[in-house]
Amino acid sequence: MIDDLDRALIVATQGGLPLVPRPYHAIAEQLGLSADEVMQRLRGLLAAGVIRRIGAVPNHYAIGWTANGMTVWDVADDQVDELGARIGALDFVTHCYRRPRALPAWPYNLFAMVHGASRDECSAKAEEIRTLLGAACRASDILYSTRILKKTGLRLGA
Amino acid sequence: MRESAAPKGGLNDAIDRQILACLQGDFPICERPYAEAAAQLGISEDELLQRLERLLADKVLTRFGPMFQVEAMGGAFVLAALAAPESRYEEVTALVNALPQVAHNYRREHTLNMWFVLATETPDGIAEAIARIERDTGLTVHAFPKEREFFVEMKLEARL
Repeated sequence: MIDDLDRALIVATQGGLPLVPRPYHAIAEQLGLSADEVMQRLRGLLAAGVIRRIGAVPNHYAIGWTANGMTVWDVADDQVDELGARIGALDFVTHCYRRPRALPAWPYNLFAMVHGASRDECSAKAEEIRTLLGAACRASDILYSTRILKKTGLRLGA
Repeated sequence: MRESAAPKGGLNDAIDRQILACLQGDFPICERPYAEAAAQLGISEDELLQRLERLLADKVLTRFGPMFQVEAMGGAFVLAALAAPESRYEEVTALVNALPQVAHNYRREHTLNMWFVLATETPDGIAEAIARIERDTGLTVHAFPKEREFFVEMKLEARL
């Protein structure tokens, strides 16, 4: 859990770090803290997993990953956890989750994101997943993204 | 950004690509972090700052800073989708994106043609945000909360 100071630090950095030589000092000044305290708290948030990492968030379209497919699979309930772990371990899968079905419209319970420079590349990756799932998979689909409508990340109210 | 459109600006050279490859994590927490990162890239602090500014302005980067895991701070993170009629797509997009709780939103090719991620400070915030979107749009929102996470690591190197 986080306290009020952590929260203030998240609000101050969620839009990005200041692009100045001493960004943590700039944040400290803004929050009325010492730079040491800001850095110590950021290290604590990293250690606690509240911050996954600090760095550049690319627009994957702009760096050449123009085909982004959400592959979705209807996998037998008694095998989905074991198979999900194996699919999550594939080096080209960036996210892999088990989620509830929404029947009848949505029969899929396993989601794995794949990316490529083309749709052919994505569908080849989907085929690898299909092979791995074998007979446990009853139905599947790939939902390609055609437009980023929003990509701001977390935004806590100030 | 539309998939078919060529990215404007983009990655200019090997140093931009190296920034992408090396700086998607592990940005230092120290007095002069840009200077430290720049030294590893073999460029000056000033050049790194200028390049980051340009990559952000050209929308090659959507952000530079901490990436948060809202669940670790007691909040919730849920994937949701709706089927927006084509004739109302722009209007529905504006209504959905207006909520600060919507962290990401993608158009996808499916009857469920709008897929977004809700990130809220408390678990209750998810149901509130979904109710608000359903009220504002008049459309049904399907929530797909994760039941199990097998892997998450969104680091993609430049392909250009």
